Amino acid sequence: MKQFAALFAALDRTTKTKEKIAALSSYFQTADDQDKLWTIALFSHRRPKRTVSTTLLRTWAAERSGIPTWLFEEAYHTVGDLAETISLLANDEYEPVEKSLTQWIDEIKALKDHEEEEKKEFILDAWSSLNKTEVFLFNKLITGGFRIGVSQRLMTKALAQVLQLPESHIAHRLMGNWTPDDTTFEELLLADGDNMDLSKPYPFYLAYALDQDVEDMGEPSDWQAEYKWDGIRSQLIKRQGEIFLWSRGEELVTHSYPEFDVLAETEIDQFAIDGELVVYSDDGLQSFNHLQKRLGRKTVSKKFKREYPCRILCYDLLEYDGEDIRHLPLAERRQKLSTLLADLQSDISDLPLLLSEEIAFSDWESLTTLKRNARAANAEGLMLKLRSGSYKDGRKKGEWWKWKVDPYTIDAVMLYAQRGHGRRSNLFTDFTFAVWQEDGSLVPFTKAYSGLTDAEFKEVTQYVNKNTIERFGPVRSVTPELVFEIAFEGINESSRHKSSVALRFPRIKRWRRDKEAKEADTLANLKNLLNN
Amino acid sequence: MKVIEFTNKGLYCPPADVYIDPWKKVNYALITHGHADHARWGHKHYLCVDSSVPILKHRLGHEMSIQGVPYGEKVNINGVNISYHPAGHITGSAQIRIEYKGEIWVVSGDYKVEDDGLAETYEPVKCHHFITECTFGLPVYKWTPQETIISDINSWWAQNVADRRPSVLTAYSLGKAQRLINSVDSSIGPILTHGAIEKMNDVYRSMGISLPMTQHLNAKVHKNEYKKALIIATPASIGSTWAKKIKNYSLGAVSGWMAVRGNRRRRGADRGFVLSDHADWPGLLQAIAATGAENIYPTHGNTHSFSKYLCEQGYNAQPIETEYGDDNLEKAEE
Ligand SMILES: [Zn+2]
Ligand SMILES: [Zn+2]
Repeated sequence: MKQFAALFAALDRTTKTKEKIAALSSYFQTADDQDKLWTIALFSHRRPKRTVSTTLLRTWAAERSGIPTWLFEEAYHTVGDLAETISLLANDEYEPVEKSLTQWIDEIKALKDHEEEEKKEFILDAWSSLNKTEVFLFNKLITGGFRIGVSQRLMTKALAQVLQLPESHIAHRLMGNWTPDDTTFEELLLADGDNMDLSKPYPFYLAYALDQDVEDMGEPSDWQAEYKWDGIRSQLIKRQGEIFLWSRGEELVTHSYPEFDVLAETEIDQFAIDGELVVYSDDGLQSFNHLQKRLGRKTVSKKFKREYPCRILCYDLLEYDGEDIRHLPLAERRQKLSTLLADLQSDISDLPLLLSEEIAFSDWESLTTLKRNARAANAEGLMLKLRSGSYKDGRKKGEWWKWKVDPYTIDAVMLYAQRGHGRRSNLFTDFTFAVWQEDGSLVPFTKAYSGLTDAEFKEVTQYVNKNTIERFGPVRSVTPELVFEIAFEGINESSRHKSSVALRFPRIKRWRRDKEAKEADTLANLKNLLNN
Repeated sequence: MKVIEFTNKGLYCPPADVYIDPWKKVNYALITHGHADHARWGHKHYLCVDSSVPILKHRLGHEMSIQGVPYGEKVNINGVNISYHPAGHITGSAQIRIEYKGEIWVVSGDYKVEDDGLAETYEPVKCHHFITECTFGLPVYKWTPQETIISDINSWWAQNVADRRPSVLTAYSLGKAQRLINSVDSSIGPILTHGAIEKMNDVYRSMGISLPMTQHLNAKVHKNEYKKALIIATPASIGSTWAKKIKNYSLGAVSGWMAVRGNRRRRGADRGFVLSDHADWPGLLQAIAATGAENIYPTHGNTHSFSKYLCEQGYNAQPIETEYGDDNLEKAEE
C-alpha cells in the first residue's frame, strides 16, 4: 500500500501533466505486476465487487469517532466524498501494518461471505492500521471513484512509455470489460491478438464542437456531412459468431438489446461498427425520450421491444473481415460499411442496422440551413468528418466536428438553492427554477447547476443567505426574485414532474440581471416548445 | 436591561452603548482584531488591544480615533466592565469580556487554541454566555501540529530549490503571512513577499516584533533569485500581473480549507498545507468547555449544525447570523 499511496500522493501533488506521467511511469517500472494491474483497473473506474455497503461504512465511521450520524452526514455533505470524510475523521495515531495493494483488495473481496460483525472488525482494524492517506485509499477500494486527474489518456501515455509500445495499442488494450480477476498484466497489455478478449471494443473517436466559422472549413467536397443523432453512441461487434454491444461509457449492454441477436443468424462475421443506438419504429426515428425507457433495463419484455424497438444508425466501420481498418480514410471505410450492410441485408430481412446517410450539399450556406432545421429530423445537429481522415482514438481535434443546433432557452425564476459538494461546499451551486402558471403562481420545472462564474456563484450565495425563506436540510427556499436564462437540448412530456415537462441537459446560460421575476417565461411558453 | 443584543448593526451592549465588531457605522466600536470583516471602516471611536492599534491604523487610516488597552485591564463604561483577553488568532487578537451586574459575556472574535509562536497565546475566560466563532465547526477539521506542517513546507521549498523552481505560497496578508515567515527555515533561501504583505511586515516590525529578513518582490529583485525563494503572496494576487512575472512555479496554499481535497483542486494549487488561524473541531469544543458557559452562540461557519451538536451535548446553544466571514472561502479565513 505504501508504494500505491506514494503514487497517489505524487499524482495529487501536481496539476502538471508531465509530472503526472512521470509519477505513473516510475510506478509502472517498479511495482509488482498484480499491483500494476489493479492500479490500472482502479484508475479506469474498475473496483473489486462491493462487499461492504456504504451505509455500514458511514455508521461505523460515525460510531468510531463518537459523533451522531446526522453530523457525519453534514460533514460528508461538506467534504463531498465518503472515503475522504472517513479519512479526515481518522485518528492521527495508528498501528502501522504493511500489506500490498493486492493483498488489501484480496482481503476486501474475501469479506463477501462474512457476517456483518466480522466485516466491521476488519474495517475498524484497517482504519487503525493505516495513515490518513492510506485510510482514504483503502476506503476508495471499497467505494470506487478515484478522482485524481488521471485520464485514460495519461495512463495510456505512461504505459506506452514504459512498455515502449504505440499509444493506440495500449488504448485499445485498456478497453472492454476486463477485470484483474480474469486477466494478468502480461495478458492485458502484451499478449498477442489470439489471446485477446473477443468482446474488446475500439476506443471511440470523439469529435470536438465546431469552434470556427463553417465557411473557413475549406472545400465542401472534402467533408462528409451527416446528422448527429440523438441516441447513444455504440459499438456493435461480431466476432466468432458472438455479438457484443458496447455503449460509449464502455459498458457492455448486449443483453439489454436483444434486437441485435438476429445478427447471429448470418455467416457474416468479424466486424465492428460505430453507430448510434436509437429507437426506430415503423413511424421512423423516435426521440431520445423513448430510448430512455430502454436504458438500464437488464431484461426486456416483448411489449417493450415492440413499443420501443431499437436500431443502430451506422456511422463507421472499424473492423472488417477480422481486420482493423481504422487507418483507412473515412471514404474507404464508409464504402466497406455500405457493402457490409448490403450483405447483411440480403441475409437478414428485418436488419436492425441502418446506414446513417450522408447529407449531400454543395456549399456551406445550404448546409447551414440544414443544420438549423436538424431538430425536425430528430437530430441534435450535424457531424462534419474529413473524408481523407483515419479513425482516431479519443478526442482529437481537426478532422471530426460536431455542429449542434442552438439550444432552446427560457427565462426562469430561482426558487430553491442547495449547497454544492466538495470544492464548492461553501457556495450555493444547485438551483431549482420555476416559470409562471396561469393562476399567477410559480411552478418548478427544472434543476440546473453549471453555467455561472465563481464570482457569480458567490454573489448568488450572498443573495441566498440574505433571502432564505425556509431551510430543508441542505436546501433553502428563497425569495423568488432572480431571473436566469436556462438553456437545454430537448423537452418532453413527463407525468413525474409537477410542471408535466422534463428537460434534457438543462444548464444556466446566463444571469438575466436586466429582468424582474414577473418578466420570466410562463409554463405555456415552455409547453409550446414541445410541439417543435 | 440585556447585556448583549443581536442587532442588524452587530453585537450591541445597551448599558455601555457600545458595539462589538459592528458591520454598520456606529459611534463606539470594540474591536476583537484587525481582519477586515471584524474591523470595518467608518466608526467614530475604536477600542482595541494595544498590539492591535498599529494594525488598525495601518488598515483604516492614521487619522481615525483608535484607542488601545493592555490585555486583562478593565475599562469601565457606565458600570459595564470591559476587558480584552488573548485569542491566539493573530497578533493583537482578543476575546472581549463584558461584565454587567454579575453577568459575564465573552465575545470570542476569531481564535485558535494552538500556540503559533507569534500571536499572543489563547487563554480561556470564564463566563456565562459565550459567543464563539465556528468557522471550522465540523469534526472533519482536525489540525496537525504546526511543527509538522512547517516541516512539510520546508521540504517542499527545499525540493523546489533543488529543482530550480520558485515556491509560491499563498497566505492572508495579516497574520498568516507573518506566522509563516516567523516559522519557516529561512536558511533554505530568501523570502520574497507581495507588497501588501511587506507593508504589514513593516507594521509588525514597528511594534518591535522581530521577523526574519524579507524582501518585497519588485522589479529590483533579480529573476534568478526567484528560483531559490519562498515567495509569499496573497490569494488574490495569483493571476495578477505581479504574479505573472514569476514563471513555472510550484503553488502552495496555506489554509484550513486545504484539509478538503476539493478545495485545493479548486484553487489549482499543487500543494495544500493545512494550517489555520482558527480553532479546529477539538479546539472549539475544548475552548467552549473551558469557559464554563451554559449559553453558547455560534457565529460564522456551520452555525446551525454546530449549535445542534452543542445542544445534544447539554449546552443551551443558539446560532446567530452575523456578517463575519460572509460564507465565502476567501473571507472566512480572516
Ligand atoms: Zn472572522
Ligand atoms: Zn480573523
